[in-house]
Amino acid sequence: MKNTPTIITGTVGMDAHVIGTKIVSRALKDAGFKVVALGMQVSPEEFISVAQETKADAILMTSLYGMSELDLKGFNEKRMEAGLGDVLLYIGGNLVIGRYDPKEVEPRFKKLGFDRVYPPETDIVAVIKSDLKKDLKAKGKM
Amino acid sequence: MDDIRLLIDFGSTFTKVVAVDLGREEVLAAARVPSTVESDITVGLGEALKKIEAHTGTGGLEEKEALACSSAAGGLRMVCAGFVPELTSKAANLAALGAGAKVIGCYSYKLTQQEIQEIEAEAPDIVLLSGGTDGGDEGVIIHNARLFSRTGGAVTNIIVAGNKTTHDEIREIFSDNRKNVLYTKNVMPEIGVLDVAPCNREIRELFMKNIIEAKGIARAKAVIKDVIMPTPSAVLEAARLIADGCEGAQGFGELIVIDVGGATTDVHSIAQGKPARADTIMTGLPEPYEKRTVEGDLGLKYNLDRLLELVKGRELPPNFDAIVKGFHEGKLPQTEEEFACHRLLTCLTVEVAMSRHAGRVEVVYGPTGERLVQHGKDLTGVKTVIGTGGPIIFSDRCREILGYTLFREESPFSLKPENPKFYIDEQYILYAVGLLSQVEPEKALSLARKYLIQI
Repeated sequence: MKNTPTIITGTVGMDAHVIGTKIVSRALKDAGFKVVALGMQVSPEEFISVAQETKADAILMTSLYGMSELDLKGFNEKRMEAGLGDVLLYIGGNLVIGRYDPKEVEPRFKKLGFDRVYPPETDIVAVIKSDLKKDLKAKGKM
Repeated sequence: MDDIRLLIDFGSTFTKVVAVDLGREEVLAAARVPSTVESDITVGLGEALKKIEAHTGTGGLEEKEALACSSAAGGLRMVCAGFVPELTSKAANLAALGAGAKVIGCYSYKLTQQEIQEIEAEAPDIVLLSGGTDGGDEGVIIHNARLFSRTGGAVTNIIVAGNKTTHDEIREIFSDNRKNVLYTKNVMPEIGVLDVAPCNREIRELFMKNIIEAKGIARAKAVIKDVIMPTPSAVLEAARLIADGCEGAQGFGELIVIDVGGATTDVHSIAQGKPARADTIMTGLPEPYEKRTVEGDLGLKYNLDRLLELVKGRELPPNFDAIVKGFHEGKLPQTEEEFACHRLLTCLTVEVAMSRHAGRVEVVYGPTGERLVQHGKDLTGVKTVIGTGGPIIFSDRCREILGYTLFREESPFSLKPENPKFYIDEQYILYAVGLLSQVEPEKALSLARKYLIQI
């Protein structure tokens, strides 16, 4: 059993809005996780290769510019191929353009392989407490 | 009495000796004789030393202090095995090249039986294992270590430079094994961090302690002081000294050395390679400040076929095919026509080797507009390019050849130097400067200043 789970953070694809992922990384570090912060504009392939080398337990992506669905095309298939089916996948932020109903968007991202999908202005500290720790424990990673 | 130093390079074809006068900072004599590694390395060495003696009056006293480098008996042949190709495999490859090795195989992911057999057939001098950041993946490197523990005598030296948490388990795997297994720091301890220096040192030490012994090169120690590094490593040391200077003397600043040989072409860059434009994004593994690449398919003697593929579609000098056929048979250029052909091939070699070494930018179009993404090192601002190796230094138009290292408007995405000064290692002393830099850096730098000719 691992004591400190490794979590990868970053904004996915072409999005350069870096504040979200910085806040997420900071909150994860404060909560005692080992964080591999990839910063902005991380390609899906980079998330995959870094997760392989670091034996990551979870990937927390953020996106603000509304085009993340495009950026994530084919991501799930690739990560399965790379042997990362067991890695927890979270995404949060402004996931599609314009005002939207999170309930409508969530299933679309679940189909892309994400375990949890969060709307804008989510409280990351609460997410870590209520969801992340629970999910990691359920997978025997904490 | 004059303070004379002898510096020696055991090459695969020639044994070269240079005598320098440290007091006057001058090259006194140079000699070149066929290498005799196969039979007894000291025979050729003795012959070369005799030639030097005739010119300078040196004797046993100087010989006892002489330092050497070697690329004889195939050089330092290494195989790298890592995890993800663009991460720990590439890091291991960069570490091996930086230590002056010839990388004869670079593998990724868990090795298969077939790959292990391939490696055993190659019988590398050293196998370098990487994989996993510290605290990261353990499966791949442990799997690979286990496979290597079952190999026969073809693999004897193994350096483990991967995830440090695997060391204990790997030690156990090799516990009742006769292989010489060394452990060093992870070449990629974290994502985005390359730490090749400890691994470089380990490789060089192993080279000095075991490998020259196994290859019969160590017999030279009966005559001279020591063989301290592989030849490419000596050239890299020289490049670093000339760029950075040393205590009490300033260097040239960031530079590139291009060394065209018969079988391979080496490019060394001593440069940060940071983007010239502030809005450029860097991606991929950061590359080392001292970077060496080796183009195993670009050489003017043993790789002519590959070069001929590259000339397709270019305007050729008269009688090109017939003349190149002569080169194939080992002929060296003599007539004006032959020189023209040889020059064309050298120019191509330089152009391709430089393009592969330099970084590149890519324009990525996204919803937020155009963005520049840089892979590798930006060398556009490098102000010094040094040419060495027979095909360059013996050409009467070496400036034209070195011009092929330059940035070009037609391929603006290749980050090659824009406006450098060109120098030629006319007397072929870079390796000697590198060797001397280990004991007398200031003198070595003065020699380089004196004997690198600006063209």
